[in-house]
Amino acid sequence: MTAATPSVARPRMRMIPWRAPVAVVAALVISYLVIANAAGAQAQEQFINALTIGALYALIALGYTMVYGIIELINFAHGEIFMCGSFVAWWLITTMGFTGTIHDLPILVIVLVVVFLVSMLVMGVVGVIIERFAYRRLRNAPRLAPLITAIGVSFILQNLVFVGISNSIVKVPQLIPFDLLQIGPLAIREINLFVIVFAVALMIALQLFITRTRLGTAMRSTAMDREAAQLMGVNINSTIAITFFIGSALAGAAGVVQTQYLGNTVFNIGFQSGLKAFTAAVLGGIGNTTGAAVGGFVIGFLEVTSSVYGIGRWSEAIVFGALVVVLIFRPNGILGQQLADRA
Amino acid sequence: MTVAVAAPAAPNPTPSPSTLLRLSGVNTYYGRIHALQGIDIEVKQDEIVTLIGSNGAGKTTTLKTISGLLHPREGTVEFDGKDVTHTAAHELVKEGIAHAPEGRRIFSRLSVRENMLMGGFTRSASERAEDLERGLTLFPRLRERLDQKGGSLSGGEQQMLAIARALMSRPRLLLLDEPSLGLSPILVQQIFQLITEIKRQGVTILLVEQNALQALAVADRGYVLQTGKVILADTAAGLAANPDVRRAYLGEI
Ligand SMILES: Nc1ncnc2c1ncn2[C@@H]1O[C@H](COP(=O)(O)OP(=O)(O)OP(=O)(O)O)[C@@H](O)[C@H]1O
Ligand SMILES: [Mg+2]
Repeated sequence: MTAATPSVARPRMRMIPWRAPVAVVAALVISYLVIANAAGAQAQEQFINALTIGALYALIALGYTMVYGIIELINFAHGEIFMCGSFVAWWLITTMGFTGTIHDLPILVIVLVVVFLVSMLVMGVVGVIIERFAYRRLRNAPRLAPLITAIGVSFILQNLVFVGISNSIVKVPQLIPFDLLQIGPLAIREINLFVIVFAVALMIALQLFITRTRLGTAMRSTAMDREAAQLMGVNINSTIAITFFIGSALAGAAGVVQTQYLGNTVFNIGFQSGLKAFTAAVLGGIGNTTGAAVGGFVIGFLEVTSSVYGIGRWSEAIVFGALVVVLIFRPNGILGQQLADRA
Repeated sequence: MTVAVAAPAAPNPTPSPSTLLRLSGVNTYYGRIHALQGIDIEVKQDEIVTLIGSNGAGKTTTLKTISGLLHPREGTVEFDGKDVTHTAAHELVKEGIAHAPEGRRIFSRLSVRENMLMGGFTRSASERAEDLERGLTLFPRLRERLDQKGGSLSGGEQQMLAIARALMSRPRLLLLDEPSLGLSPILVQQIFQLITEIKRQGVTILLVEQNALQALAVADRGYVLQTGKVILADTAAGLAANPDVRRAYLGEI
């Protein structure tokens, strides 16, 4: 890295259309080469594994970043929403009596729609309830108060599951086949294809919602200047509730993905995965939804790469080390922070 | 900077039927700070009324109390005959109150177009499209900047945008908080011309200004605020001729 860029250059406001796709393709190629260097014959499989894990973290990271963007709260309970989502999936799947892979495509589709829809809805509503009863009253309190409340909510959710459901790892039937599909030169398992396509579709839908719709613009306005947004006629209570709903629903979806890709869940998974997803949000630039998605994939890549290189035990150190390094050079994250700057 | 305390003489003692806004005995607090101490203000349909007063007098607090960002602890705010004392700010936009706040408060990372459309948040898509066109006709400078980020505009352009955005809700009452602050003399002239033009289009205006001379020149009536109280109320011409006002707010010795 010897490129001498003027240090005062401001980031360009207007994105030149070719830059983002080129950056994405370059990042994918470089990640693939790094993994292939150590993975040999398993290169493709590990690369796809990295993308899948990355998609999972990205889905969780979006909720952290959206909530931070709108009320500047690090919602420590968000990881627990993800965990509860995985238990909703477990409950639905076992209650419906499924024990393993469903090979009948129409049934699989129906079951997946039900599981995702219910888990997303339930967790969305839980997120709204938490905001309503735990955070709303503290909206104008010193920052530490809601932060500590969030940690408290996180303990409550974790202990509810610990005491009420299971104090150890719970196996969840994996409904989606792990069969290899050959798409041109690419060999990919059905489950991976599903997770990656589904997660990316959700992220694109979210991005379109935030940037193109009236409600999405109201959300961005509220994040920038709550008082001014009120003066435009925006009901900030409902806007903040919608933000919690969407973020929590995405975590609910991530919970289902967790059970379907990894086949298990546990009461404290929200802490581990939540911390990494939070790291992803900060890495990408907290408050920035695109950044959260990018950060999620970066962390998925780091985790898989460290295990491919035989230093999997160090994966957490590597993830947080990467965070430190990125923040030294880009204090606002990879894509930059979007704090409420006033005009 | 003191003005002899005179009893607030209401120029029109009998409540006229065309009263659009009335504040009666309004007391607003910031925690323990008693910012408004029994304010009585009346704005009639099609008037420009100005609030003048030195820094910290309570002008901004008065506007925020009217637009619902703050609620009085005592007293009432009536808009168009309805008690709106405890109505939320976002509801009052639908009722017809628009507030272009102090410091412009443009959404810096939204484009000019998005800022304008946010102003029409309470209206339908077709009304918004129509009003955007109407706004851009009144503020042609903004048309050239439509896809630029709000934060990249000059101070004058931002003020134009703040007013244009407020008009997007088709208000009956427009609250303007120091629209000329920090602008060059030519832009100040333009802003005051616009204010007259907006009034001509049928919008009632409550104008807060430090620039008392200019404000009194466009206003019909005015109130002088000092430490949270109305100390003078008169026609604009009356205030402009008042020696106390001239000494305190018009820079005469
Ligand atoms: N957020 C706040 N918290 C506490 N006190 C406040 C707050 N905002 C204003 N005040 C106090 O309320 C009083 C009235 O303030 P206000 O902003 O209404 O004055 P103003 O007439 O608009 O002044 P300026 O000309 O400087 O804008 C002042 O004494 C001010 O210090
Ligand atoms: Mg003020």
